[in-house]
Amino acid sequence: MNISGWGRYPAIDADLYSFESEKEILAHMGASHEYAARGLGRSYGDSSLARHILTSSRYRSFLHFDGQAGILTCESGASLEEIIDCFLPRGWFLAITPGTKYVTVGGAIACDVHGKNHHHDGCFSECVESIKVMLANGEIASCSKDQNEELFYATCGGMGLTGIILEASIQLIPVKSAYIDQTTIKAESLAEVFDLFEEHIDSKYSVAWLDCLATGEHLGRSLFMKGGHRIDGRLEPDKKKYMSVPVDMPGFTLNQYSVKLFNLLYYNRIMGKSKEDVVHLNGFFYPLDNVLHWNRMYGKKGFAQYQCVIPKEVGKDGMTRLLKYISDNKRGSFLSVLKLLGKKNRNWLSFPVEGYTLALDFKMDDTLLNFMNELDSIVSDYDGRIYLAKDSRMSAGFFKQSYPMLEKFRSYRSETGAAEKFNSLQSRRLGL
Amino acid sequence: MHVLILGANSDIAYAAARKFASTDKASIHLASRDREKLEKKKQDLVTRYEVDAHVYQFDAENPETHQSFYDALSDKPDVVLISFGTLGDQKESEKDFSKALKCINSNFTGAASILEVIAADMEARHSGCIIGISSVAGERGRQSNYIYGSAKAGLTAYLSGLRNRLHKSGVQVITVLPGFVKTKMTEGMDLPDKLTVQPEKVADDIHNAYRKRKPVIYTLWLWRYIMLIIKMIPERIFVKLNL
Repeated sequence: MNISGWGRYPAIDADLYSFESEKEILAHMGASHEYAARGLGRSYGDSSLARHILTSSRYRSFLHFDGQAGILTCESGASLEEIIDCFLPRGWFLAITPGTKYVTVGGAIACDVHGKNHHHDGCFSECVESIKVMLANGEIASCSKDQNEELFYATCGGMGLTGIILEASIQLIPVKSAYIDQTTIKAESLAEVFDLFEEHIDSKYSVAWLDCLATGEHLGRSLFMKGGHRIDGRLEPDKKKYMSVPVDMPGFTLNQYSVKLFNLLYYNRIMGKSKEDVVHLNGFFYPLDNVLHWNRMYGKKGFAQYQCVIPKEVGKDGMTRLLKYISDNKRGSFLSVLKLLGKKNRNWLSFPVEGYTLALDFKMDDTLLNFMNELDSIVSDYDGRIYLAKDSRMSAGFFKQSYPMLEKFRSYRSETGAAEKFNSLQSRRLGL
Repeated sequence: MHVLILGANSDIAYAAARKFASTDKASIHLASRDREKLEKKKQDLVTRYEVDAHVYQFDAENPETHQSFYDALSDKPDVVLISFGTLGDQKESEKDFSKALKCINSNFTGAASILEVIAADMEARHSGCIIGISSVAGERGRQSNYIYGSAKAGLTAYLSGLRNRLHKSGVQVITVLPGFVKTKMTEGMDLPDKLTVQPEKVADDIHNAYRKRKPVIYTLWLWRYIMLIIKMIPERIFVKLNL
């Protein structure tokens, strides 16, 4: 079967094995192969790709919900969408959510995902009370911040490479509404949007969409969006219908002109300097989920996402150089997202450090990899790093230099036998 | 409302259980051979939908246990979904008839046996709904899977007859004819994307048929026409095809 990540680059011919019980995983693992774990396949690159893949698609039961404390225990294949569908009407929401709800709990832990509230609430692992993992030797181990901590810090952000994540207990947050008070503010330049992030640091959620083809004094012009939960008691689900991209768009659909036009229209979506609305949290957190298969926009060859973070002290300089390099090369990205991240956590391979993160999509072509290597060298100049969940092409050298806990992770993997049993194309490429 | 699901470990069955739990807040009674897996599904239903759920041991291939299994149920079902069955391996069935017999028993004999028990009860109560999951493979025998296909053909004919018999008692009988579905049964098969649906889609169609009292449904609907064409191919030509 031909399998790829969400970016559809790279692809591999793989065998997928699903399971419904621990016994069935053990039966699969009995073979002498090495495996990659995969949830909904929403990591962009090669994190969930290998010749043999264990997929949690059939391992997604909800096991227990403590309605007093708001703690849900579920199997790793349960998706965030299912959790929202089930608990939002009862007044609970995810404490941390990435920009799509089509990810599994196991994937959210393995990538230690973050969201629009990272500056306040940190990564997904912050809401994880405990995790059950099947190790390379078939043993099942529980871990949390106070029990078996090494396994916890290695597994959160560990890209599924410490073992098969079986179950997790996660803390949900109480909400009194399914709606968000959203404020959108136009920022004419990068300096302005940086100021907005600082000025609105107390907002629970904040993010900026950025026009990466804007140049000169408009470099970095953005729509800054902030929001907070309403308390109006309306907990109903969103009634919006989904759109879908039914087939691969021809490769030429996306070019610098169409992207420029889209960005212009998007930027002028709001007329005045700022705008306030009430939006359903579906639209606020998951704008792209309403377009099913949006990855087909980029055509058959797929695309690569580039997400880096640059430490706060040098954030402005670093971002200016990156954006200038991108616009000089006319490499437009439909959706460029900028966000101020909060403090880094104790997990060994979690991506966020305090600073500015920028995420961009680029259509795959012959010159893209070179271009992205150039971006890497800019990021490297500012001691930044790349997000593993988005990566399909970073060099082992740059990875090693930017993730100082790598050695510890590596030795943990060899000590526990995980290094031989669990590998992805990414772990092989980066020497994880 | 009580929904009894026989063969509840199948992906389609479980998707249907979730559908009935979420939309009707029905009490769900899950039965199958592997109780351990069912226990987890029960927990899932209770946690997700705050409904009652129960699990039972049930062996479709053991007809002599069927009457006592049904008698032991304290809540007689309003809706019964029959979803057990195995695809078997055609080539092995040709070599070893015991394998063919197993396939026939699990898909047809077991269903007929338990349904006779349930039909008698529902007929007496003048209410109820029986949903049987058959297959488009039963519409015309093909060399690649005619043992499975003929067992399903038997089930389709059985459900049709049962519907006829129970009509006057007001008992609804629904024949579900799925085409390609992404399930355990089809794992590893290379199925055409456009014609393959998720079990949740089948469950939605089943629930819709239940609400609208439809007798026979194809899911995906397109299969009604695909099978119509396949059935229309003259035998002289069909016999030469490599299907």
